[in-house]
Amino acid sequence: MKNKLILMILSAVVMAGAFNAGAQEIALLNVSYDPTRELYEEYNAAFAQYWKGKTGATVTVSQSHGGSGKQARSVIDGLAADVVTLALAYDIDAIAQKSSLLPVDWQKQLPQNSTPYTSTIVFLVRKGNPKQIKDWDDLAKPGVSVITPNPKTSGGARWNYLAAWAFASEKFGGDETKVRGFVTDLYKNVPVLDSGARGSTTTFVQRGIGDVLISWENEAFLAIQELGKGDLEIVAPSQSILAEPPVAVVERVAKKHGTSEVARAYLEYLYSEPGQEIVAKHFYRPRLESVAAKYADRFPKIRLVTVDSAFGGWAKAQKTHFDDGGTFDAIYQPSK
Amino acid sequence: MLLKRNTVLPGFRLAGGFTVFYLSLIVLIPLGAMFVRASSLTWGSFWEIVTAPRVLASYKLSLGTAFAAASINAVFGFLVAWVLVRYPFPGKKLVDALVDLPFALPTAVAGISLTTLYAPKGWIGQFLEPLGLKVAFTPLGIVVALVFIGLPFVVRTVQPVLEEIEKESEEAAESLGATRWQTFRLVIFPCLVPSLLAGFAMAFARGLGEYGSVVFISGNMPMKTEITPLLIMTKLEQFDYPGATALGISMLAASFLMLLVINLLQWWSGKRLGRG
Amino acid sequence: MSVVIGKRESIRTRAVQCAFIAAALLFLFFFLGIPLVSVFYEALHEGLRAYGSALVTADARSAIFLTLLVAGIAVPLNLVFGIAAAWLIARFDFHGKSLLLTLIDLPFSVSPVISGLIYVLIFGMQGLLGPWLFDHDIQIIFAVPGLVLATIFVTFPFVARELIPVMQQIGSEEEEAALLLGASGLQTFLRVTLPNIKWGLLYGVILCNARAMGEFGAVSVVSGHIRGKTNTMPLHVEILYNEYNFAAAFAMASVLTLLALATLVAKSLVEWKFADARGGSVRYVATMEKKIS
Repeated sequence: MKNKLILMILSAVVMAGAFNAGAQEIALLNVSYDPTRELYEEYNAAFAQYWKGKTGATVTVSQSHGGSGKQARSVIDGLAADVVTLALAYDIDAIAQKSSLLPVDWQKQLPQNSTPYTSTIVFLVRKGNPKQIKDWDDLAKPGVSVITPNPKTSGGARWNYLAAWAFASEKFGGDETKVRGFVTDLYKNVPVLDSGARGSTTTFVQRGIGDVLISWENEAFLAIQELGKGDLEIVAPSQSILAEPPVAVVERVAKKHGTSEVARAYLEYLYSEPGQEIVAKHFYRPRLESVAAKYADRFPKIRLVTVDSAFGGWAKAQKTHFDDGGTFDAIYQPSK
Repeated sequence: MLLKRNTVLPGFRLAGGFTVFYLSLIVLIPLGAMFVRASSLTWGSFWEIVTAPRVLASYKLSLGTAFAAASINAVFGFLVAWVLVRYPFPGKKLVDALVDLPFALPTAVAGISLTTLYAPKGWIGQFLEPLGLKVAFTPLGIVVALVFIGLPFVVRTVQPVLEEIEKESEEAAESLGATRWQTFRLVIFPCLVPSLLAGFAMAFARGLGEYGSVVFISGNMPMKTEITPLLIMTKLEQFDYPGATALGISMLAASFLMLLVINLLQWWSGKRLGRG
Repeated sequence: MSVVIGKRESIRTRAVQCAFIAAALLFLFFFLGIPLVSVFYEALHEGLRAYGSALVTADARSAIFLTLLVAGIAVPLNLVFGIAAAWLIARFDFHGKSLLLTLIDLPFSVSPVISGLIYVLIFGMQGLLGPWLFDHDIQIIFAVPGLVLATIFVTFPFVARELIPVMQQIGSEEEEAALLLGASGLQTFLRVTLPNIKWGLLYGVILCNARAMGEFGAVSVVSGHIRGKTNTMPLHVEILYNEYNFAAAFAMASVLTLLALATLVAKSLVEWKFADARGGSVRYVATMEKKIS
């Protein structure tokens, strides 16, 4: 009996292995965050074609999507990602610190701090902007219902929160109590806190909840394109944050899979002109000047602050605001 | 030897060995691992985690909604069981079979279906919205999902007991001049109480742990619509393993307690029935 | 006089009956009927072609295959366990029996999230065995074995729980008789016990299988959500739902719902057979007695 059981478990393991093997094909796993689904679907096909032309080998890239923090947790727990493409640097830092699967200086491995594209945070409102939402001030007013995901699990939600904080900080000249009051008022207006950016978009667009969605710029464009042509409008606030979603090769995993080279090429191709074209097509702001110029009129001009300048870097921002006992918890606790 | 009594039947060692081995491998060792993990916490910090305000709010919500749903199920589940046992009507067999749907239907399917129905634009939600009743993304939505999940438990525990209550005792009561309501209150209902409570307890226990259907409909607002299983998930996603483990243990203790209560109730129910 | 009262009473009774039936059916309609119908409506309202094409994508097919694979491994294992446990509990009196029963029941009342969590704590990279598994290139969680383990855990008690009362009710006289007449243990089991319990067994397997195919919470924790690799059907439903692809999500959900309905039909059939299945085995022992003597 024992032997039989062990045999069956072993055979299950072997079968699982067989899934991954796939004769003569290179398999990559890209663990990413919520709103990049459509981007990587197209990019993976383009890269496979490019790589086939260059080396003759067939690459298939599998995708896993979810809230950025949650995805990082899975990689730390052993989700065998060859590359990670997450919403913010802190989540990849966490992987480096807690699992040593990649070096601590991972951000130096690729150009521009390993962020091949940027984005920002904008508002999505319903047709005609019935609540006249123009800027962050309007979100903290009573009677306005705001949709944003949970900063504890979602990367986008953390950008949203910091963008609001940075705005208030400027407005109140850094008066901590007033800033905190402003952000508290804003979050009092949030009726639903989804675990990922995609969940929030669904809540706002499909279920018709809320007056305004604080959203990734690319996600807002996508929502209009896919779901609400004519029903939704994008509002650009006076100031927002420069969101830099980073990418990295998970070196130890890739080494074990023998995919180090192709994994690196996969990320580097994102910086190339065709890669940047795809990026721009999916409403991310391209890094490459030529492509950026071509799509310049597509993106609203917003004054952008960076996490480094406004918050002293991600590590500090995470600790002050989002760790247990941070400002976000303090803001949420008293409300009943 | 563990055996209390000798028997000619073979296979005690084989069946016993395999049962204990498999139980250990699949259930006991993994659950034990949770306790090993938690042992890195001091008693004080364990207590601090499981009594944090946000955690307490989630207990209150989980207990409250599971209790409300189990109560609704106790009333309507009883009614359904009563109708199925006592009254003839067309399509009865179909309805009887359909009662088990929540057992068979994946919780995720129940979750997206109920959310779509009760969202403000949904089939049912659009009629409730003007009345000021918000269901999806409120505690009420959680109750709706848990009613769905827990319904068969009450029906299926009450139904067989109801079938076995002898007509004679009822008829005897009536021939002695009792009214229908008196017969029900004094003869039938007391026989049903243990099974009704057992069904209630099972629906309640299932409701406490339910995740799949609730996560879609609840909206997941900390302090407001965040159930305890979701909080465990959130803690996991934030790399907070000790926190997740501590909460897991407190929920496990609750499950164990509920199981004990259910077994007692079923034993009581069996005894009642045997006597009556 | 009394006839008139009787008649009036019976009309009143009938009215009460109808009211009860109406209330019960209305409740079931709202809580079971509408959700059931809505799944198919949402799946089909973009047309049959959209429905079909949602189910033949590579990811959908691999999700269906994976679900079948996981259930195909988990259910037989729990079947073997269920028989062993039922034999042990229904046929022997031993110390610690009620404790054993409670432990077998435990997975029923443990939250699915915890069922997944415990395997992450053991097999995850930060867990007890994780680093060793990583060095030896064995993937348990975020791969098929993890999905199988979590599924076995949540469906653990189903077969045992169905079989124990059946075997207790039947009693061991027939088995003892067969043994005394010289049958071996295995023969006794195959020819006396098994025919007696086959309907109960089937019933348990049907329930076990339904849960194995539909489990969401536990597999969600250990899956890693890799499309085409570790997404079971319920997880694929969630993914499609989160991609604004509602028609496809409900198409996949409708397949699961059909499976659930098939489960209910199979279950009703078994229950129906169950009722008159007893007695046959008594006859069998009688004929065997004749043969042996």
